[in-house]
Order: sequence, then structure tokens, then C-alpha cells
Amino acid sequence: MNVHDFLYYIILPILSISSLLVFVRFFKGPSIVDRVVALDLLITIGIGIIAIYSILSNKPTFLDISLVLALIAFLGTVAFAYYLEKRNKND
Amino acid sequence: MTDILVYITSGLGAVFVLLAAIGTLRMPDQYLRISVNTKAATLGVGLLLTAAALFFLETSVTTRVIAVIIFIFITAPVGAHLIGRTSYFIGNALWGKSVTDDLKDKYNKITHELKGHEEKKENEDETKSKS
Repeated sequence: MNVHDFLYYIILPILSISSLLVFVRFFKGPSIVDRVVALDLLITIGIGIIAIYSILSNKPTFLDISLVLALIAFLGTVAFAYYLEKRNKND
Repeated sequence: MTDILVYITSGLGAVFVLLAAIGTLRMPDQYLRISVNTKAATLGVGLLLTAAALFFLETSVTTRVIAVIIFIFITAPVGAHLIGRTSYFIGNALWGKSVTDDLKDKYNKITHELKGHEEKKENEDETKSKS
């Protein structure tokens, strides 16, 4: 069992199962804050999957996209927090 | 040798990400969910990216991985703090078994200001007028 088999048959299924569990919370979430947190965690898990996939396909260029995804996750969380607070203030 | 390190870091990273996902699903309260999410996911993704850096062992890849890890380490606490603050203002209740709520009756729900902060400001004004 070399590194590729280990990553392909053990690590990637674990990451897929965890993203499915987060999706359950994303659809179930009682308040909108839960959905924002679940979205943030989904993008973070996506960064991990990109890192493993760049090992599997032997193309380190994919790691650039993980930087962009991290930026988008942070901006999305900040924007959601700002506008949710503002909407509450105006009521 | 590097293969063993890749096994260890990627395995630990996957376990931490799985724990973060289970915590996000099972925790009873928004604030506990935010806490679990930030801590476990940051460590897990950092370990997964470290596995990629250890596998390639090139300067360009390592630089990129370090940039992503530093970015996540800086932004994850800031985002968690902002979303937790918003959740408190919107009025989401704490879990029934939570012991303390330090912010109770201290935040002005309309102007979103801390009470202690305002009193301190008034004191500063008084000292200024006296001098």
C-alpha cells in the first residue's frame, strides 16, 4: 500500500463523509448563523480536499486555488456577519 | 521517511476534520458549534496542507502552503468572533446548561455598544473638563 492508495481509499472518503455531515447541518440549521458557519466549514474542507487531490494528480498548481478559496471563505463570513447585524439594527 | 510523515500528517488532518464535522452536527448550541468548527478545522486543514508540502518537497509548493496556513490561522478567529457577535445580537439563546453569560445586560441591543465602554468614555470626558 503506497501513499497514493492510502490517500485515495482512506483519506478522501473520510473527507467526503465529513463534508456530507456538514451538509446535513447546512440544510437543517435552525438559524441563519448555523448556515453561515456550515458554509465556512464546507469551504475549509474543500481546501483540504484540494491539497490531497494535488498530491494524487501530482499537480502542485492546484494549491493556488486553495488560497483563493480561503480568501472567499473569509470575505463571505465577514460580509454575512456585517449585513445580518445591520438588518437586525434597522428593525 | 517522507512517506511515513505524509501518512501521519494526512491521517491526523483527516481525523481532525471529521471531528469538526461531527461536532458541527451534534453540538447543542450555535456558540459551541462555532468554537468546534474554528479550532478543529484549522488544525485539520493545516495538517492536510502540510502533507502536500512534505510530499512535493519543493520551494515553490512549500511557500504556497505556508501562505495558505498563515492566512487561515489569521482569518479563522476573526471570522468566528464576528459571526458569534452577530449571533448574540440577533438574539440566539445560549444552551440551557451553559453556566455563565458574561455579556448579559451589558450590551445595548439598539446601539450595539458595551456598557462598560460608555462609562469609561464619560469618565474620560469628566477628567478632560476638570483639567
